[in-house]
Amino acid sequence: MDMYREQILDHYKHPRNFGTLKTSDAKASAYNATCGDKISIEIQCQMTNAKCQIKEIKFSGEGCAISMASASMLTERVKGMKVSAIMKLQTKDILGMLGTFLTPSRIKCATLPLEVLQKAVVSLGHVRK
Amino acid sequence: ENGELNLEELNRLITRKTKLLAITAVSNVIGTINPVKTIVRTVKRLNPGCLVLVDAAQAVPHIAVDVQDWGADFVAFSGHKMLGPTGIGVLWGRFELLEEMPPFLFGGDMIREVHVGETMFNGVPHKFEAGTPHIAGTIGLGAAVDYLTTLGMDAVRAHEEAMTAYALKNLSRVKGIRIIGPHDVSQRGGVIAFTVSGIHPHDVAQILDQDNICIRVGFHCAQPLHEYLHIGPTCRISFYVYTTKEDIDALLVSLEKVRKLLG
Repeated sequence: MDMYREQILDHYKHPRNFGTLKTSDAKASAYNATCGDKISIEIQCQMTNAKCQIKEIKFSGEGCAISMASASMLTERVKGMKVSAIMKLQTKDILGMLGTFLTPSRIKCATLPLEVLQKAVVSLGHVRK
Repeated sequence: ENGELNLEELNRLITRKTKLLAITAVSNVIGTINPVKTIVRTVKRLNPGCLVLVDAAQAVPHIAVDVQDWGADFVAFSGHKMLGPTGIGVLWGRFELLEEMPPFLFGGDMIREVHVGETMFNGVPHKFEAGTPHIAGTIGLGAAVDYLTTLGMDAVRAHEEAMTAYALKNLSRVKGIRIIGPHDVSQRGGVIAFTVSGIHPHDVAQILDQDNICIRVGFHCAQPLHEYLHIGPTCRISFYVYTTKEDIDALLVSLEKVRKLLG
């Protein structure tokens, strides 16, 4: 069960930061039509020098173990991060974060949360896509 | 309710203005075998001018099909679903219709004569087969047809019915599995779509794959059907001449693993 190693299963069964925020500075969601994965992310900013630093973040939705585990891990990782750093995150960072071998068809599951997070960050207005 | 078409709807759908009805002979998701002959007869009664096209991609490989008996105007099916190569298929059409229809693709061999001022097109079927054909594919499809003919389509169907019945019986015993479509094997082709409660189809497929079992997941090119049934993506297993009871037993063992790991 290479892909479903313990850490992935743990994040899938006990997702961190799952839920919604009472108030948020930005939110976004995406839906992978081919498989039915749906992820929404809400963020709250700590403004430092007019730039957003993630203070609070929550994700919600439903999807496969990979997309859910990825969302859980990603939200843990980006707490306290500046949005400029978040925009620099790429597929290889997500794969490194998951630390497991993914078949090509599952890579999209893994990167969906990052796509949503970056969409939310962009909607804040002070970063470029 | 049981995945069968409501034929009463034809009375409402087919009007004087309807030009063509396109239907599938066997559903690639829920497996329902549609009563094509009855549907064609009903359509022609309501409007003799309305044409009927049958997508027989899931029918021709699995059950004996007699296009004359069906009475449809066009029938389509694919080579790669009937043990043949990819990139080849058949569109059967009534001769009188094909003769009337203009060509859509121009190229070699679809013409009789070409002059600067005018062109005379070839007869049916060459008129619709421009250019160098997929020769290897056609030969391969022919070989597939010969092979299936040797097996006998009644035998093919009988075997598939047995496999489907065995799968339906054993799958419906597994906790958390919901089977979509008719439970009556005689109404069903050899395909079963199902969901596993609380577990995403992608994850089911991944774990089954590790046990050498290949299933398809998602919407199977039928998202509107899934929405109509109020379900998300599904898992789908399908059977053919090479499927054995052992294959289905292996599937059940693997599904148990899925539930233990992710349930």
